[in-house]
Amino acid sequence: MVETEQVQPVTGAEPAVRARDVTRRYGEGETAVDALRGVSLDVQSGKLTAVMGPSGSGKSTLMHILAGLDKPTAGSVEIGDTEITTLGDNELTKLRREHIGFVFQFFNLLPMLTAEENIVLPLTIAGEKPDNAFLSELLARTGLTDRRTHRPAELSGGQQQRVAIARALVSRPTIVFADEPTGNLDSKTSGEILDLMRNSVDTYGQTTVMVTHEARAAAIADRILFLADGLIVRELGANAEAGDVLAVMNELGAN
Amino acid sequence: MLAVALKGLAGRKLRSVLTAFAIVLGVAMVSGTFVLTDTIQRGFDTIFTQSLKNADAVVTGHQAFGSSGGQPVLSPSVPASVLAKVRAAPDVEQAAPSISDEAQLIDHDGKAIVNGGAPNIATGIDPSLTRFNPLTLVAGHWPHGADEVVIDTGTARKHHFQVGDTIGVAARGPIQKFRVAGLAKFSGVSFGGATLAIFDIPTAQKLFHKEGRYDRIDVAAKPLTPADKLVRELRSVLPPTVDVRTTSEQVKVDSSDTNTFLNIFRYILLVFGGVALFVGSFVIANTLSITIAQRTREFATLRTIGASRRQVLGAVIVEALVVGTLASLIGLFAGFGLARLLDSLLVSFGIDLPKAGLVYATRTFVVALVVGIGVALLASLRPAFRATRVPPIAAVREGAELPPGRFAWLKPYLSLAAAALGIALLAFALFKSGLGTARVLTLLGVGVLLLFAGVAGFSSRLVRPLARVLGWPAERLGGAPGRLARSNAERNPVRTASTAAALMIGVALVVFLAVLAAGMRTTFRSAVNDVFHADYAITAQNNFSPIYPSVGRAATHVPGVTVASSIRGDLGRAFGSTLQVSAVEPNVGRVMTQRWEAGSPAALSHLDGNGAIVSHSFADKHHLKLGSHFKLLTTSGRELDLVVRAIFRPLHDTPATLLGSVTISTSTFDRTFVQPKNLYTLVDTRGGASDANARRLEQVLKAFPNAKLQTKKQFVDNQLSGINTLLGLLLVLLALSIVVSIVGIVNTLVLTVYERTRELGMLRAVGMTRRQVRRMIRYESVVTALIGATLGIVLGLGLAALVTSRISFLTYAVPTAQIVGFVVAAILVGILAAILPARRASRLNVLEALQYE
Ligand SMILES: Nc1ncnc2c1ncn2[C@@H]1O[C@H](COP(=O)(O)OP(=O)(O)O)[C@@H](O)[C@H]1O
Ligand SMILES: [Mg+2]
Repeated sequence: MVETEQVQPVTGAEPAVRARDVTRRYGEGETAVDALRGVSLDVQSGKLTAVMGPSGSGKSTLMHILAGLDKPTAGSVEIGDTEITTLGDNELTKLRREHIGFVFQFFNLLPMLTAEENIVLPLTIAGEKPDNAFLSELLARTGLTDRRTHRPAELSGGQQQRVAIARALVSRPTIVFADEPTGNLDSKTSGEILDLMRNSVDTYGQTTVMVTHEARAAAIADRILFLADGLIVRELGANAEAGDVLAVMNELGAN
Repeated sequence: MLAVALKGLAGRKLRSVLTAFAIVLGVAMVSGTFVLTDTIQRGFDTIFTQSLKNADAVVTGHQAFGSSGGQPVLSPSVPASVLAKVRAAPDVEQAAPSISDEAQLIDHDGKAIVNGGAPNIATGIDPSLTRFNPLTLVAGHWPHGADEVVIDTGTARKHHFQVGDTIGVAARGPIQKFRVAGLAKFSGVSFGGATLAIFDIPTAQKLFHKEGRYDRIDVAAKPLTPADKLVRELRSVLPPTVDVRTTSEQVKVDSSDTNTFLNIFRYILLVFGGVALFVGSFVIANTLSITIAQRTREFATLRTIGASRRQVLGAVIVEALVVGTLASLIGLFAGFGLARLLDSLLVSFGIDLPKAGLVYATRTFVVALVVGIGVALLASLRPAFRATRVPPIAAVREGAELPPGRFAWLKPYLSLAAAALGIALLAFALFKSGLGTARVLTLLGVGVLLLFAGVAGFSSRLVRPLARVLGWPAERLGGAPGRLARSNAERNPVRTASTAAALMIGVALVVFLAVLAAGMRTTFRSAVNDVFHADYAITAQNNFSPIYPSVGRAATHVPGVTVASSIRGDLGRAFGSTLQVSAVEPNVGRVMTQRWEAGSPAALSHLDGNGAIVSHSFADKHHLKLGSHFKLLTTSGRELDLVVRAIFRPLHDTPATLLGSVTISTSTFDRTFVQPKNLYTLVDTRGGASDANARRLEQVLKAFPNAKLQTKKQFVDNQLSGINTLLGLLLVLLALSIVVSIVGIVNTLVLTVYERTRELGMLRAVGMTRRQVRRMIRYESVVTALIGATLGIVLGLGLAALVTSRISFLTYAVPTAQIVGFVVAAILVGILAAILPARRASRLNVLEALQYE
């Protein structure tokens, strides 16, 4: 029941991210590893794109390259109209401030700052004032309203990840990348986090790309890309179900 | 962003405090130095200005040339006829003559009250002319008549004298008894170690053999007469043998000596503050490097959410600035306390100077803050730039490490180059002739800094081999913890090296000083033994102040004494520079020999009125040969035309082996120098040094409490005690830098314990006891300290070798026992530094430690 090319290219809307023939090689010579071997994709605006695949298939590498954290060995990546693979450090910094949010597997919060301070940190860094109404709403939506003055050490894993998600959303970036945001959480909490991700897409039209291992992701993603050995090998649409996902995963795992 | 930086600091309190501590001590030393020297300066200024209060002009005998090297040049006294002429001048309202000389007060036990090198001032004043009297009478009345003296309140308090008591005074001859008529003081100034004896004028004149003469005349002008008009008028009626100055000029002349001395003193203390700050900068740079390495993930995360490199740089620098500012402020105020401590330290080393209140000059605040903040800023630059090189991707990499700097590969070469350049500068400064003192000192300073920085930079390459060798005993003694400690010390060589480098600097300077002092002792001892052939020597109680010739003369008549030959000394001037002049008696040849380069030994005994014996270096410098003529200006203003009769060359070319650059006969000296005094009297006795001979001499010397009888060996030891005292003082001052480096070791260990929390948890989980954990940390600390000490000892020995090879009269003598002592001290330093970190490590909760991220 694996379907490919199910999703129609979104007409009218420009893709938020456009990648072409992206390759990434780690190391040199004998021991070189080709983590990506020619990936092309368009990330549609206002949608939740899930990226799945076996461990070591290149998901994180792809995520880093799309987010401008790492440079491809070859190929191009455009965010909006900007080719980001050739940008210098200052332009990348600006890009990150205006267009990119990132959610990490290990939260990466600053331990000495409170939840709220962590959330508004991207704005603080950019020298902007938070929009208080939006911030309150974000806190409410992430269920952190009464945790705003707590430090990360005083929060549960799920709460910490919600702080991280709010931090990624606070500057209303063009696109949010999340690399296994639930990888470090228990099953119940994972479900809540996935719901939150979906919720932000629905409420704010937040374009999101998320790497995940959860078959449940099928229920919330608008589109699922499968990576294996550094290539996109399959794709599922919005109507995919958990069973479909598991089937593809098994197939790829058997590869 | 600023807030983030500040929060970061607050979140790392212990680390911030430890970093700050490295600055606090250095800044405290700087501010303490300023406060103390300013206070002393004001003390002197107050005394000099008060002494001339209400005078518009001052008349003294003409000073032949200016004082030099802190040794005063006395002006001759003026005849009473000068006073009459002054009083006759039309614009003079009042004129007060006075006598100034020196005399020791004798305490209740018959001992002379002498405090180190502080003066024992004796004055003769006319108490009825109150307007010129700078002193305030606290009790009794002003001295009147031949048996009355007024003494200063400080001496009275310390030695329990009251009005009406009898007190001994040693002026030019034997002790004389006086009645304490009153107690006086300078208002607003503590006198330090100086003592004061005030007589009326006739009494003072008699005591100091100045009948019919005065040392100074204070003059007050008639109302509305300007001081310079008065000076011009007096100048025109007075003979050229007197100086007439306005009060402010006179204050300048009086204080020029103490100002020179105070400036040198201030610089020396500041150098030690500088060394402490230099060491502190290593500690700060190292601490910051470690914290930044530990925060790699944090910086990377900041970068991913939009922080620019510049913001990361800013955050680190702001942190350093905040710590630097707080530390400097604390240091500034701690310095005010340190000033008192320094003062007690100096007093305990016999340096007790006048003080007026505590002076807090604006300059003290500015310099202390600028220096402290500046050091923090400079030390933070390199770590801050490294922090900007953390790539955003490090946020997602497990165990991401700080990328090496772009020029990291250059570091060993740069370090070696810096060290080589440092040595080159040192050699240039030492061996190139004709550089001014200031230039030489600057070159030496920069050279030493470069050398230290270079060796510190390179030393990371030496950590492994050194840790192997020095850690071996720890391994043998400590079992598994010992083995782990050794490999922990090796694990991050750069970190261990920079921690050790801080200690290295202090140790290097300590060893350097110890070797130089040992060299001086060796040279001096052999040089004196070479020329000194008497059984006894008589000097002042403090070993160096000149004393009146009456003492030497008294020794001549003691039964059993076969020779008593006094050597006088003072400053003279020849070829445009000021030099040491000695004078010898004809019998000197029986108690002193010299190594003659030209002329015969007989020259010593047969010095005629214009004959001179000169040292090899003096003759060499001015191209003098036997029979050459040269002119010598004496303190009385007389110019002597001298003929070179002999040239001597002391063993090791020491500059001062009992004789100065120029030696003349005592009879010529006494005729041409103001207040001739002895430096030493060499005494030979029938039967050699013996209890009986000593007893007979002591008996006679009892009348001269400021005179000290010593055997040849005691004499040499006493002369050397100055070197030992100085060495002791300098070592105490260096201790400050050592303390800073201890803080550095504590810092590194505490940070390392943080970093290895998980590992420590694991070790505990597999059965390491708390005690073993403590031992492991302690051994690592000792190994680090020993690496620093080893490098420091090698550097110190090398520096000393360089300096001694330049200065011919300094032998290179390694004080082995002292160096062994330093090594033991380094081990103690290591143990001490480990206490806090070891306790933290052993108290880690095993479970939490294992989960620590
Ligand atoms: N920094 C790196 N250096 C070398 N190889 C790497 C690095 N990062 C990832 N790889 C390799 O690239 C491949 C893809 O890794 P990754 O993108 O992390 O996969 P995924 O996230 O799908 O598990 C793997 O073979 C991995 O070992
Ligand atoms: Mg991954």
